[in-house]
Amino acid sequence: MIDIKMPQLGESVTEGTVGRWLKQPGDPVAKYEPLLEVVTDKVDTEVPAPEAGILHEILVPEGETVRVGTVIARLTPAGSTVAAPAPAASPVAATVTASAAATVTAVVSAPPPADGRNTYLSPVVARLLAEHNLDPAQIRGSGQGGRITKQDVLRFLAERERQPSTPVPAAAPAPTPAVAPAATPAPTPAVAPAAAPAPTPAVAPAAAPAPTPAVAPVEIPADAELVPLTPMRRSIAEHMARSVRTAPHVTTVMEVDLSRVLAHRAAQQEAFNRQGVRLTLTPYFIVATVAGLQAVPVFNGSFTDQGIIIHRRINIGIAVALNEGLLVPVIPDADEKNLLGLARAVNDLAERARAKRLRPEETHGGTFTITNHGVTGSLFATPIINQPQAGILGIGAVVKRPVVVTQNGLDAIAIRPLCYLSFTFDHRIADGATADRFLATVKQRLEQWEG
Amino acid sequence: MPEMNLLEAIRQGLDEMMAADSRVFIFGEDVGKRGGVFRVTEGLYDKYGPMRVIDSPLAESVIVGACIGAAMNDTLPVAEIQFADFIAPAFNQIVQEAARIHYRSNGDWEVPLVIRAPYGGGIHGALYHSQSVEAFFAHVPGLKVVTPSTPYDAKGLLKSAIEDPNPVLFLEHKKTYRLIKGFVPEEDYRVPIGPADIKRPGEDLSVFAYGLMLHYCLEAAQTLAAEGVSVEVIDLRTLRPLDTDTILASVRRTGKALIVHEDNLFGGFGGEVAALIAEHAFEYLDGPVMRIGGPDVPAMPFAHSLEAAFMPSPASIAVAMRRLAAY
Repeated sequence: MIDIKMPQLGESVTEGTVGRWLKQPGDPVAKYEPLLEVVTDKVDTEVPAPEAGILHEILVPEGETVRVGTVIARLTPAGSTVAAPAPAASPVAATVTASAAATVTAVVSAPPPADGRNTYLSPVVARLLAEHNLDPAQIRGSGQGGRITKQDVLRFLAERERQPSTPVPAAAPAPTPAVAPAATPAPTPAVAPAAAPAPTPAVAPAAAPAPTPAVAPVEIPADAELVPLTPMRRSIAEHMARSVRTAPHVTTVMEVDLSRVLAHRAAQQEAFNRQGVRLTLTPYFIVATVAGLQAVPVFNGSFTDQGIIIHRRINIGIAVALNEGLLVPVIPDADEKNLLGLARAVNDLAERARAKRLRPEETHGGTFTITNHGVTGSLFATPIINQPQAGILGIGAVVKRPVVVTQNGLDAIAIRPLCYLSFTFDHRIADGATADRFLATVKQRLEQWEG
Repeated sequence: MPEMNLLEAIRQGLDEMMAADSRVFIFGEDVGKRGGVFRVTEGLYDKYGPMRVIDSPLAESVIVGACIGAAMNDTLPVAEIQFADFIAPAFNQIVQEAARIHYRSNGDWEVPLVIRAPYGGGIHGALYHSQSVEAFFAHVPGLKVVTPSTPYDAKGLLKSAIEDPNPVLFLEHKKTYRLIKGFVPEEDYRVPIGPADIKRPGEDLSVFAYGLMLHYCLEAAQTLAAEGVSVEVIDLRTLRPLDTDTILASVRRTGKALIVHEDNLFGGFGGEVAALIAEHAFEYLDGPVMRIGGPDVPAMPFAHSLEAAFMPSPASIAVAMRRLAAY
């Protein structure tokens, strides 16, 4: 029997919702054939069968959200003759692995030296101890020479969490009575039910059975309706609120003349079309942004208490508006691509973002973000930083306006395509003059565009 | 979905690309009438004729050099180097020219060239028919280096390589040619160049490999599973560009890393992966980053016993996995 687990769809993703089962118990499945659709806050994707066989049972119904790694179904592999009913099989398997594990540990972990144990702390153990404010003397090491391993710390934390004899009161029923009818896929309750390993608050002394501050049930007026949050909406809400809380935002605005860029695009469009690439303005803005980041690298960074992390790679995220929200696919190493490569990447990522066909990792690793709010007519905006980045560049609508130009000492009025660039930055990282230097570089690169 | 071996998957990929696009042609030693020494191109000469499946002189510099010129003139050449061991005479053409033309011409020129080369040992091929050459070429910016290990990946990656606008070195482990079988869908598909693939998910340690070693690692991971150790095995698939995100995400989860390749250790590709992990996942490490590779001796020996000693094996890999798990 093979356990089908909720896959980890990206580094920062911790849970997923079963969207739709494509197979039912008893159905035969081929290797790699999609078993179900999974919805996360970042992407929707299909989970393929790891082996050919028969779907034995479904453990998580559609609409339910579970943590990554949770067993969601079981598959009987094609070769196995006995499709033993699940309950009988599992205890046996459990015993076998348990005893096997025991033997291994017994063989491998040498008894701690008489005069004391190996007190070396590996980087991850040191970090976990610091994060949870633990004393290594409390933890029994099972590694070589009694060394404390990462697993030892995690086990210790899990046990400590279980101990406070007053367990979390079996989580107040459904948070919103209004949505009770079973039909609606219960909006993942923000109150972590017992299962979720709550982010251990430094363990309240057992005495007071602290009544978990149950999230106040939302009062829904009679003349209103409640729209459940989609995972994407919830994720955006959490992220935006956190960003504004974390970083003091300042926005600076410059006006840029796009005459040369538009002329270049008009001249190149056909050549790009022949290569199957649609040339929009976005790649130009990426090139200019890269120039800005190279001139002022601090904005390709992240603020931390220990210092500002400056990234060597320039990975530009491009905000793509969807009907139900917003995705930011990332163009890795944008500084290594030419206009053609960038245009191709932008087209491809935007198309697949809209088709919900991005791979999870394609929304990760951005070091700076560009948002093109001008496409919906906005002149300028004050975008919110995509944490943990240092800034975000907003592109306004391109509008022809009369401007005063000076040629040979004479002033004249000309018609020029102009647009506002709004640059929001984290004031912890840099100040206004530095931000303007970045923005001026972007502007200059665009206004003096050459090939 | 038909099951086939890795060699058949590559042949099918070539055939389908040639049928779909008349610009695709094959150039190499004995690839035509004889169908290649490994029979990878068997049948293609009869199907596409001597103008598209061309027997080259015994001169690798000519094979690659001529293909560079052809690639810059609206064709899609697939060069075959009969054994990766023979690639050295073409080093200049690959490294100095093919890899650099796009950069040198400021993006004006592209070299859509694929160079296929069977590599690796374990087939009693001795000094000049067993070498692994990936480290020489993975060092070069401008060159993509692909090392598939399953029929599905091989066919999908080959198609992506042929469609890639710039040079791809496509390394096929010759022992996997007939040894490794798998299902390959009938419909047209691609495996993109770049992403690694988690061939076996696990919790306790991360193992990175490619080519034949990937299969040896999977075998060793199976052994370790019976001992209660859960090993994650990741197929790098592409060495350049390298999927750093997948590597780092896995190590950050497990805290332990082992890199396995058949090429000798010193200056081998594993060093690059190890450095990446040390630099970007240091605070997640719960043990030393370990590597397994062939010994630093000049070449693969001929004698069976010595060849066996040279090659990492599922057993020797399992030993390293156990050590790392117990650390």
